[in-house]
Amino acid sequence: MTTDATVTDRIKQDIADNTVVLFMKGTPVFPQCGFSARVVQILTQLGVKFKGIDVLADPAIRQGVKEFSNWPTIPQLYVKGEFVGGCDIVSEMYENGELKQVFVDKGVATRT
Amino acid sequence: MALDAATIEKLIKDGLPGARVTIEDLRGDGDHYAALVVSPAFKGKTRVQQHQMVYAALQGRMGNELHALALQTSASEE
Repeated sequence: MTTDATVTDRIKQDIADNTVVLFMKGTPVFPQCGFSARVVQILTQLGVKFKGIDVLADPAIRQGVKEFSNWPTIPQLYVKGEFVGGCDIVSEMYENGELKQVFVDKGVATRT
Repeated sequence: MALDAATIEKLIKDGLPGARVTIEDLRGDGDHYAALVVSPAFKGKTRVQQHQMVYAALQGRMGNELHALALQTSASEE
Protein backbone atom coordinates (compact mmCIF):
# COMPACT_ATOMS: atom_id res chain seq x y z
CA MET A 1 0.00 0.00 0.00
CA THR A 2 1.44 3.36 -0.95
CA THR A 3 0.32 6.75 0.11
CA ASP A 4 -0.71 9.28 -2.50
CA ALA A 5 1.00 12.63 -2.75
CA THR A 6 -1.87 14.69 -1.33
CA VAL A 7 -1.76 12.78 1.96
CA THR A 8 2.01 13.25 2.21
CA ASP A 9 1.55 16.95 1.43
CA ARG A 10 -1.00 17.30 4.20
CA ILE A 11 1.35 15.66 6.68
CA LYS A 12 4.22 17.92 5.58
CA GLN A 13 1.93 20.95 5.86
CA ASP A 14 0.84 20.03 9.40
CA ILE A 15 4.46 19.59 10.43
CA ALA A 16 5.47 22.87 8.79
CA ASP A 17 2.58 24.88 10.23
CA ASN A 18 2.91 23.73 13.83
CA THR A 19 6.02 23.89 15.97
CA VAL A 20 5.12 20.78 17.95
CA VAL A 21 2.88 18.16 16.37
CA LEU A 22 1.70 14.92 17.90
CA PHE A 23 0.13 12.33 15.62
CA MET A 24 -1.98 10.39 18.08
CA LYS A 25 -5.01 8.18 18.62
CA GLY A 26 -7.81 10.36 19.93
CA THR A 27 -7.49 13.98 20.94
CA PRO A 28 -5.29 15.60 23.59
CA VAL A 29 -8.38 15.88 25.82
CA PHE A 30 -9.59 12.34 25.11
CA PRO A 31 -6.70 10.11 24.07
CA GLN A 32 -7.91 6.71 22.83
CA CYS A 33 -4.74 4.76 23.55
CA GLY A 34 -2.42 4.51 26.54
CA PHE A 35 0.69 5.29 24.52
CA SER A 36 -0.80 8.46 23.07
CA ALA A 37 -2.07 9.43 26.51
CA ARG A 38 1.42 9.03 27.94
CA VAL A 39 2.98 11.45 25.43
CA VAL A 40 0.16 13.97 25.93
CA GLN A 41 0.82 13.76 29.66
CA ILE A 42 4.56 14.38 29.18
CA LEU A 43 4.02 17.38 26.90
CA THR A 44 1.47 18.78 29.34
CA GLN A 45 3.87 18.24 32.22
CA LEU A 46 6.55 20.19 30.35
CA GLY A 47 4.05 22.94 29.54
CA VAL A 48 4.63 22.59 25.80
CA LYS A 49 1.89 23.74 23.43
CA PHE A 50 1.26 21.21 20.69
CA LYS A 51 -1.10 20.38 17.89
CA GLY A 52 -2.67 16.94 18.26
CA ILE A 53 -3.70 15.17 15.07
CA ASP A 54 -6.15 12.34 15.56
CA VAL A 55 -5.19 9.55 13.17
CA LEU A 56 -8.31 7.57 14.08
CA ALA A 57 -10.32 10.31 12.39
CA ASP A 58 -8.45 9.78 9.12
CA PRO A 59 -7.20 6.35 8.00
CA ALA A 60 -5.21 7.91 5.15
CA ILE A 61 -3.20 10.02 7.59
CA ARG A 62 -2.85 7.05 9.94
CA GLN A 63 -1.19 4.97 7.22
CA GLY A 64 0.51 7.95 5.59
CA VAL A 65 2.35 9.16 8.65
CA LYS A 66 3.73 5.67 9.30
CA GLU A 67 5.24 5.64 5.83
CA PHE A 68 6.32 9.27 5.99
CA SER A 69 8.28 8.73 9.23
CA ASN A 70 9.30 5.13 8.50
CA TRP A 71 7.83 4.37 11.89
CA PRO A 72 5.22 1.63 12.41
CA THR A 73 3.34 2.91 15.43
CA ILE A 74 1.36 5.86 16.76
CA PRO A 75 1.98 8.23 18.59
CA GLN A 76 4.67 10.15 16.71
CA LEU A 77 6.11 13.42 17.93
CA TYR A 78 7.49 16.09 15.63
CA VAL A 79 9.28 19.20 16.85
CA LYS A 80 10.09 21.90 14.30
CA GLY A 81 9.72 19.47 11.45
CA GLU A 82 11.97 16.85 12.99
CA PHE A 83 10.77 13.41 14.06
CA VAL A 84 11.66 12.94 17.72
CA GLY A 85 10.19 9.49 18.30
CA GLY A 86 7.30 7.44 19.55
CA CYS A 87 6.13 6.75 23.08
CA ASP A 88 9.20 4.77 24.21
CA ILE A 89 11.76 7.30 23.01
CA VAL A 90 9.77 10.31 24.21
CA SER A 91 9.33 8.68 27.65
CA GLU A 92 13.00 7.80 27.90
CA MET A 93 14.04 11.31 26.83
CA TYR A 94 11.60 12.87 29.27
CA GLU A 95 12.93 10.82 32.16
CA ASN A 96 16.59 11.66 31.50
CA GLY A 97 15.93 15.35 30.77
CA GLU A 98 16.86 15.17 27.08
CA LEU A 99 13.36 16.02 25.90
CA LYS A 100 13.26 19.32 27.74
CA GLN A 101 16.66 20.12 26.22
CA VAL A 102 15.29 19.45 22.72
CA PHE A 103 12.58 22.05 23.32
CA VAL A 104 15.06 24.52 24.81
CA ASP A 105 17.52 24.02 21.93
CA LYS A 106 14.78 24.52 19.37
CA GLY A 107 13.44 27.59 21.10
CA VAL A 108 10.11 26.05 22.10
CA ALA A 109 8.57 27.55 25.23
CA THR A 110 8.28 25.20 28.20
CA ARG A 111 7.13 25.70 31.74
CA THR A 112 10.04 27.01 33.75
CA MET B 1 -2.91 -12.64 16.19
CA ALA B 2 -0.30 -12.49 18.86
CA LEU B 3 3.35 -13.31 18.47
CA ASP B 4 5.22 -15.31 21.04
CA ALA B 5 8.37 -13.98 22.66
CA ALA B 6 10.63 -16.59 21.05
CA THR B 7 9.47 -15.57 17.56
CA ILE B 8 10.10 -11.91 18.29
CA GLU B 9 13.53 -12.71 19.66
CA LYS B 10 14.41 -14.81 16.61
CA LEU B 11 13.27 -12.13 14.16
CA ILE B 12 15.32 -9.47 15.89
CA LYS B 13 18.40 -11.70 16.09
CA ASP B 14 18.06 -12.70 12.43
CA GLY B 15 17.82 -9.05 11.44
CA LEU B 16 20.59 -7.90 13.76
CA PRO B 17 23.16 -10.68 14.00
CA GLY B 18 25.05 -10.73 17.28
CA ALA B 19 22.41 -8.71 19.11
CA ARG B 20 21.55 -9.52 22.69
CA VAL B 21 17.79 -9.55 23.06
CA THR B 22 15.87 -9.64 26.32
CA ILE B 23 12.12 -9.92 26.06
CA GLU B 24 9.58 -9.59 28.79
CA ASP B 25 5.91 -10.44 28.39
CA LEU B 26 4.48 -7.54 30.34
CA ARG B 27 1.00 -8.81 30.96
CA GLY B 28 1.39 -12.49 30.24
CA ASP B 29 -1.10 -12.13 27.39
CA GLY B 30 1.32 -12.62 24.48
CA ASP B 31 0.44 -9.16 23.20
CA HIS B 32 2.32 -6.62 25.30
CA TYR B 33 6.06 -7.01 25.36
CA ALA B 34 9.09 -5.05 26.40
CA ALA B 35 12.36 -5.69 24.61
CA LEU B 36 15.89 -4.62 25.37
CA VAL B 37 18.14 -4.95 22.34
CA VAL B 38 21.87 -4.48 22.62
CA SER B 39 23.81 -4.54 19.36
CA PRO B 40 27.13 -3.11 18.20
CA ALA B 41 25.33 -2.26 14.93
CA PHE B 42 23.63 0.59 16.81
CA LYS B 43 26.90 2.43 17.32
CA GLY B 44 26.78 5.95 15.93
CA LYS B 45 23.04 5.73 15.20
CA THR B 46 20.40 7.96 16.73
CA ARG B 47 17.80 6.39 18.96
CA VAL B 48 15.21 6.78 16.21
CA GLN B 49 17.50 4.96 13.75
CA GLN B 50 18.17 2.18 16.28
CA HIS B 51 14.47 1.58 16.77
CA GLN B 52 13.91 1.69 13.00
CA MET B 53 16.50 -1.07 12.63
CA VAL B 54 14.63 -3.26 15.11
CA TYR B 55 11.31 -2.52 13.39
CA ALA B 56 12.91 -3.44 10.05
CA ALA B 57 14.00 -6.76 11.57
CA LEU B 58 10.38 -7.36 12.57
CA GLN B 59 9.42 -7.08 8.90
CA GLY B 60 6.22 -5.11 9.20
CA ARG B 61 4.83 -7.02 12.17
CA MET B 62 5.21 -4.08 14.51
CA GLY B 63 1.98 -2.13 14.54
CA ASN B 64 0.16 -5.11 13.05
CA GLU B 65 0.28 -8.55 14.73
CA LEU B 66 2.52 -7.03 17.31
CA HIS B 67 0.54 -4.34 19.01
CA ALA B 68 2.77 -3.34 21.86
CA LEU B 69 6.51 -3.74 22.06
CA ALA B 70 8.15 -1.26 24.38
CA LEU B 71 11.61 -0.92 22.97
CA GLN B 72 14.88 0.03 24.54
CA THR B 73 18.05 -0.08 22.49
CA SER B 74 21.72 0.30 23.27
CA ALA B 75 24.99 -0.05 21.39
CA SER B 76 26.82 -1.58 24.31
CA GLU B 77 26.26 -3.22 27.67
CA GLU B 78 26.33 -0.62 30.39
